[in-house]
Amino acid sequence: MNEYLNDVARQFSSIAPNVDFWTLRLTAETSEALSVRQGVMQPVYNHVARGALLTVVSGDGCGYAATSDMSPAGLKQAARLAGQWAQQCSVLGLLKARDYPRPQARACYETPVTQHWNDMLLDEKVALLQDANRALKINDSIVDWSAYLGYSCDDSVFTSSAGAHIEQRFHYIHPSLSAVANQGSQTQYRSGGGHNSSRQGGLEQLRLLDFPDAATKLAEEAVALLSADECPQGVMDLVLAPSQMVLQIHESIGHPLELDRILGDERNYAGTSFVTEDMFGSYRYGSELLNVTYDPGHSDQLASYAYDDEGTRAEREYIIRSGILERPLGGATSQARTGMQGVANARQAVWYRPPIDRMANLNVEPGDSSLDDMIANIEHGVYMETNRSWSIDDSRNKFQFGCELGRVIENGELRGLVRNPNYRGISATFWRNLATVGNSDSFKVQGVTNCGKGEPNQSIYVGHASPACHFRDVDVFGGTV
Amino acid sequence: MQDYFYALADAMFSKLGGDEQLLLDFSGEDSDFVRLNHNRIRQAGYVAQRRLSLDLIEGQRHAEASIELAGDLEQDLAQLGVTLTQLREQRALLPEDPYLNYATEINASEYHHDNTVIDSHQAVEQLIQAAGDMDLVGIFANGIQYAGFANSMGQRNWHSSASCNFDWSCYLAKDRAVKNNYAGFDWQPVRLAEKIDSMQHQLEMLARPSKTIEPGSYRAYLAPSAVSEIINMMSWGGFGLKSHRTKTTPLLQMVEQGRNLDDSVSLREYHGRGLAPIFTGSGFIKPDHVQLISNGHYQDCLVNSRSAREYAATTNADYEFPGALDLEGGELHSEGVLKELDTGLYINNLWYLNFSDRNSCQLTGMTRFACFWVEHGEIQAPVNVMRFDDNIYNLLGTNLLGLTRERELILDASTYGQRSNRSMELPGILVKDLRLTL
Repeated sequence: MNEYLNDVARQFSSIAPNVDFWTLRLTAETSEALSVRQGVMQPVYNHVARGALLTVVSGDGCGYAATSDMSPAGLKQAARLAGQWAQQCSVLGLLKARDYPRPQARACYETPVTQHWNDMLLDEKVALLQDANRALKINDSIVDWSAYLGYSCDDSVFTSSAGAHIEQRFHYIHPSLSAVANQGSQTQYRSGGGHNSSRQGGLEQLRLLDFPDAATKLAEEAVALLSADECPQGVMDLVLAPSQMVLQIHESIGHPLELDRILGDERNYAGTSFVTEDMFGSYRYGSELLNVTYDPGHSDQLASYAYDDEGTRAEREYIIRSGILERPLGGATSQARTGMQGVANARQAVWYRPPIDRMANLNVEPGDSSLDDMIANIEHGVYMETNRSWSIDDSRNKFQFGCELGRVIENGELRGLVRNPNYRGISATFWRNLATVGNSDSFKVQGVTNCGKGEPNQSIYVGHASPACHFRDVDVFGGTV
Repeated sequence: MQDYFYALADAMFSKLGGDEQLLLDFSGEDSDFVRLNHNRIRQAGYVAQRRLSLDLIEGQRHAEASIELAGDLEQDLAQLGVTLTQLREQRALLPEDPYLNYATEINASEYHHDNTVIDSHQAVEQLIQAAGDMDLVGIFANGIQYAGFANSMGQRNWHSSASCNFDWSCYLAKDRAVKNNYAGFDWQPVRLAEKIDSMQHQLEMLARPSKTIEPGSYRAYLAPSAVSEIINMMSWGGFGLKSHRTKTTPLLQMVEQGRNLDDSVSLREYHGRGLAPIFTGSGFIKPDHVQLISNGHYQDCLVNSRSAREYAATTNADYEFPGALDLEGGELHSEGVLKELDTGLYINNLWYLNFSDRNSCQLTGMTRFACFWVEHGEIQAPVNVMRFDDNIYNLLGTNLLGLTRERELILDASTYGQRSNRSMELPGILVKDLRLTL
């Protein structure tokens, strides 16, 4: 698939170190980003990165070295430095030899693409962004506006001393629209058209993300929010659109179920978890309506892949079924450390960071209610969409989230806009108040492109798909009046 | 590495056409990263990174690229030759950029602080030994970081330094822990051992039965680490010229309504601290400092080269996000803060802050690590984690009772993309009311 990386892998096999086990993951990333702000074309951003992560196991120790010098001399030097760390870990390390996976798989995977990035000329893309800018600038209340379109392609070749050879190529598309409206000391912001919900695939994804068609509607909403009432305050029903469910899933299901957090690796940085190993198999995480899957099978979702970065085959698994917690989000190493079953989610964000447990694609499965029926059954509440603020404690329990836009629900009908909608709750009880789950009509594939975790730090793409969901008895409030 | 970069630059400049200019912005590191859990090595490794940003300019048209290099001149020049051709092709298709702005005066500079590199293997062995049977978890990062700039008009700048940053916490149980940091340019095992020993005392206090605080307003002391989280949130769009002109700054009420902080609050971006390069990616030299807030009043913004052209201002920063903040101290003595606090909360760390209402600079976040309930100047009990929701005009304004005279230099331990060179020097603050909500 990538001739250069395959050549490097072949060359390495003849100079590979004589150790108990090694893996070599070679990466080549290219990306291009275009943006037009206030009608002015911004500098085009082109990025090329190539690098190797070599991992060496020696006795009970494991060490790694990352280098962008992929010549035989560069990789020999990397092997020497990784070997030194493996030696020290064999004496002072936390893990044992049996904890390190020894993958042997041979496979090939590529994101399906219908319309490639290069099928549209540069000047056509710029014209598209200029059109979007004109559609965003609806009046003088719009004080800043921009349209963005990016593409990236990540190639990887993973080999091991046990014979693994996994080639994968991922194509990502990143569209975004944003509008800022202001009046005096009141500013409101709307984003959409794929903003923060990049996908795998090609330009065919743009239409599905309403890019650039959403532009005028977003600008109109930003202006309307300037004079909207503040979100009401009180304990009430809450309906979350998929654009906010993304964060709700991410922070209060995804992170607490990452097995490396449960094992304590993240305690100094991203935090620990209120979930403990003994809770799997019996703990009621949510109401009976809550079904959550690890699903690498939606090819357009951000974290779909055939194998993770430890060489484990990715297969769909239930994480929570009918509200009961079934399995953690832990890759092969974490599974070996605990003796628990997990999923293939050991991933590295970039070529120079080692794999750790990430949540990959974590989705709430659709239920059976239409959005109209969901709203019709609510007497008093608020509907919220598009995350703009997120905060949660280090055990991933007490959270507070804010959205760009809210609408009051009164007597079964959506009413006017409200601004600065926020809500707070506790993970351990919030999901048990899940009262209605939207059907496949409201199910949307979205994701997060800046999930931060790990020491050293890694920011990675994760996918979350969800229908709209309805929760009871939530503490809702607005901004400062 | 400096010779490699300058040789690379010379070779690239020789490939330019008559009217072309090229800006090269280089960064890199040779670092060890050792992750620890339960006072054992969890993951350990070495990272070599070399990244070059190119801006190929002709008139007002330009095209940019960022390339990861091998660090080998022959390999890299072959790759960069292809990049140069691609940028020329792309540039021809792009419109003129009215906000293109780069330094045309030649200002060379050179800074080296990389003669002695700490032995990572030895340091890790020493820190594990010092922690003994404590449940230590964290990250040890150590090595050399490089930054360079060169342009085809003849400017050359270099900054390299060797440093370490050990950021860790020691756990008692569940989420009860004490956090610490040891960062700098040398490694003194005795000083490290003192820091680890001092954590034992706080762990003993954490072992007391914990207290759950009811939502409400409480008198509180926030240690410098906690203050850094609040200042970090203010910095998220707070001080950039673009965010001010587009009305997205969270300090909008200071700008639009003349709302102020307490007179004792003066904040500046202190480029002169010298931990980050003094040059920008466009070749400008940063001033010694930029006064952001003076005696509670908003003063100046951080201006990058692009905003400088767009808004007719002068470039004074590489990014419109602070990297070397400096908050003036006050009159409180750190040693006496428990007595000054009397009864209330002693907060060592805050965590995961965000805006509840950006227009009002209303913040929310959690307490984390060792936070205590204090009565009559004596620590009584550790407190369970609580959420706060309050605004900056209260915390650094009407409810601010004082800042400590002593300040703490905090070297950022973050490693997204590469090891951070950000820093802050901050006092602790005593506030009359801190609003807790959950």
